[in-house]
Amino acid sequence: MSDISSHRGSSSLLVADARTKRRNAAEARFRSYGVAAIAIALIALVTLLISIFGNGASAFRQTFVTVPITLPAETLDPSGNRDPAEMAKVTTIGYGNVLKAGVTAAVREAGVVPEGMADSDIAGILSQEAPAQLRAMVLENPELIGTTVETHVLAHGRIDGFFKGRVTMESAQRDSNVTPERLQLAQAMTEKGLMSSGFNWGFVTMPDASDQRPEAAGLGVAILGSLFMMFVVVLLSLPIGVAASVYLEEFAPKNRWTDVIEVNISNLAAVPSIVFGILGLAIFINFAHLPQSAPIVGGLVLTLMTLPRIIIPARAALRAVPPSIRDAALGVGASRMQTVFHHVLPLAAPGILTGMIIGLAQALGETAPLLLIGMVAFVRDYPGGLFDPASALPVQVYNWTQRSDPAFVERASGAIIVLLVFLICMNAIAIILRRRFERRW
Amino acid sequence: MPVLWIALIVLAAAAIAYVLARRSALASAQGDVRRMHSLPSYYGWHAFILTALPALLLMLAWLIFQPLFIENRIASQLPAEATATATSQQLAMRDVRSVADGLQAAISSGAITPEEMEAFTNDPSTLRARLGEAGVALGGNVTSETLEAAQNFRALASTMNLTMTVLVIGVALAGAAIALKQVRPDFWARNAVERTVMGLLIFASAIAIFTTISIVFSMVFETMNFFRQYPWQSFFFGTTWSPVFHGNSQLGIVPLLWGTLYISFIALLVAVPIGLFAAIYLSEYASNRVRSFAKPLIEVLAGIPTIVYGLFALVTVGPLLRDYFAQPLGLGSSGTSVMTAGLVMGVMIIPFVSSLSDDIINSVPQSLRDGSLGLGATKSETIRQVVLPAALPGIVGAVLLAASRAIGETMIVVLGAGAAARLGLNPFEAMTTITVKIVSQLTGDTDFNSPETLVAFALGLTLFVITLGLNIFALYIVRKYREQYE
Repeated sequence: MSDISSHRGSSSLLVADARTKRRNAAEARFRSYGVAAIAIALIALVTLLISIFGNGASAFRQTFVTVPITLPAETLDPSGNRDPAEMAKVTTIGYGNVLKAGVTAAVREAGVVPEGMADSDIAGILSQEAPAQLRAMVLENPELIGTTVETHVLAHGRIDGFFKGRVTMESAQRDSNVTPERLQLAQAMTEKGLMSSGFNWGFVTMPDASDQRPEAAGLGVAILGSLFMMFVVVLLSLPIGVAASVYLEEFAPKNRWTDVIEVNISNLAAVPSIVFGILGLAIFINFAHLPQSAPIVGGLVLTLMTLPRIIIPARAALRAVPPSIRDAALGVGASRMQTVFHHVLPLAAPGILTGMIIGLAQALGETAPLLLIGMVAFVRDYPGGLFDPASALPVQVYNWTQRSDPAFVERASGAIIVLLVFLICMNAIAIILRRRFERRW
Repeated sequence: MPVLWIALIVLAAAAIAYVLARRSALASAQGDVRRMHSLPSYYGWHAFILTALPALLLMLAWLIFQPLFIENRIASQLPAEATATATSQQLAMRDVRSVADGLQAAISSGAITPEEMEAFTNDPSTLRARLGEAGVALGGNVTSETLEAAQNFRALASTMNLTMTVLVIGVALAGAAIALKQVRPDFWARNAVERTVMGLLIFASAIAIFTTISIVFSMVFETMNFFRQYPWQSFFFGTTWSPVFHGNSQLGIVPLLWGTLYISFIALLVAVPIGLFAAIYLSEYASNRVRSFAKPLIEVLAGIPTIVYGLFALVTVGPLLRDYFAQPLGLGSSGTSVMTAGLVMGVMIIPFVSSLSDDIINSVPQSLRDGSLGLGATKSETIRQVVLPAALPGIVGAVLLAASRAIGETMIVVLGAGAAARLGLNPFEAMTTITVKIVSQLTGDTDFNSPETLVAFALGLTLFVITLGLNIFALYIVRKYREQYE
């Protein structure tokens, strides 16, 4: 017969025995796993953000060349009547020559040209976009012709990369797009104030640029396209989402049909986004013949994708309105429809709007479905409406990652910063809405 | 007349009908609201609905069916050799449409006068150059049959457009007339309006069903097309993926499925322990203060767009793994790899695992914990031996949901995993997934009659079925489990 007291444990309550120590150590270990897990998750978040901001922050600064350029009337306005329509016949090649001559003269005069650098090599410090910039400036203000103006044009991407540490003298040796002399010249020009670095508004306003001129690539078209798409999404998904959640939460009888709808909505919320892209391609483009790359198609696809993600929080917000409100309204003789639209819906509105904004933020960052409906196309014209070809912010990021020039990695990260700023603003609005207007009953 | 204008006219008519009906309702009750069944504005709304709704519905239906109708009519006029097969008919119709659109654009911008049009009918070969001058680019030279069909197309379209304008506005006016006639103090206007509103509400909630149906249909039809051109056995059991755009491709799904599952497996290997331990710590150990900042921060991971993770994988994680692990260990020299995509995707799905597990652990009744603690178990023993077994089905559900998310993820694998379809075990090699191949087969110039393009729909359908199955199963488990303790 064994006796309880025959179990030889610790004789004292104050001194832990080996088994207790082991158990306590296991406890501490288990706890530290939890802390480690949270730490890893947060470190991953921080690393992600640091990597993106570290790569992308420099996209907001750009190197510009500032030199006085004389605009000769005989080449830029051969007819001599300063008519912009006539002057538009002079192509960027003509302006390129003017610019080349002007810059060469200016740097020779400033005495910054390295020993033995040929004149033909000097113009290489300019962006291929620079003649177009000069042309746009002159066409906007024809009176400039014949005068000497201080011109502010983009420097070549490699020169810009040199100041950002991406291009070095060694890499320039092997690079066909830049020579070490040009880098020396750029260095000397900076000291003389002929070249400077400034905030890059063009990054936010200009359209995309070709593979050869990363320095001129901007997000203008992509931001506009994204805004157009969000417009479509709000216009469609707000009324439809609210109507659907009102019906399901307030009116739907409990039967098979509504069960099917509910299961459907929760499953749609988890369908991979790319499947919605296939849907858009098959239905809107191949069947309905809507134009490719158009914000209307993107907006429709994103609407279908966001709807379930809006309906779920909207229903929760409606459910949170206490039944006493409904009872009171019904009690004074309102119809059920009046009860819902005059009392329940206004009280649930902050919650519905919060869910709506968060759903919109998700839609704004969605990329995969847009790739399939042709939003990857290279678009340089600003879209004027919902049916014009456009790009979208996240798609622009993808687009730039597919280019070979490393300068586009900086641009892509910069574009993500812009995207994240939009998302943070939207989420902040959602949080403020929730804090200020959400009622607890 | 442009559609937008018709819609605006209809809406304006409806607004006028609203005002008139409201006024005549008040007048018919001699300004005494108590003698009317409904509030005056309901009479107005009734008129508004009766004016706008049937007219707009008619316009919508017309706009959907008009292209189909015109296409059929024109196709029957095309020469026999053009309509011999479905493919050639589509191509011919595309030509006709682009010529018709081009002519329309040129004429409406004034670049081509109607008189010039006559000349083209006799000599269509100059049309392309003339349209090119007017800023409308055509793919090929115009034959006289195509031009004739395009002319018919335009004529038919404009006749039908005119008919539609007249009909839609007519229906709107008729609706307004009926509504105004119905206005009497004993007319139940509120009930009529509410019935319509209810119909709209039901329609809105049925959109979810329409979406699902159109997802399934859009993929099933093209998949059937694909299997007509490519044997399904080779698709489901083929171990080589090598699309060649002039035929003779091998389109086996096995390597893609393998890449998808391998990457998802690594992602779950990262996300499940981290997510689960984070959830346990947050729900069982953390103070309210820690919980209030750590939980939202972890959830931020779920709010970051996947393209951001993709770029992170491409720019940071990929090169890091290549330089410090793959190359020193002699395992490969590729920046894009299963490991890169898996790790980054793992980070992305941490919050999916942790949030749901957190909810589930919290819903385990406190009495279970109290019982275990009362018997002398330490907190971790309670969690491991009581709470987790009780929460297990729910946690499995959470993991399955995360898995379905990982399988359907696109941008991370497009940028991080590579494009080479490969069956291998080395996690530092580039592999590819179903989603990557959907993107690559459907972007750029695609010919919707070749198996190389259509395979994307079969891949999409496979993906849809897998993720849907996982979801339904996971939701079933979670729901069943929740009921257990409620």
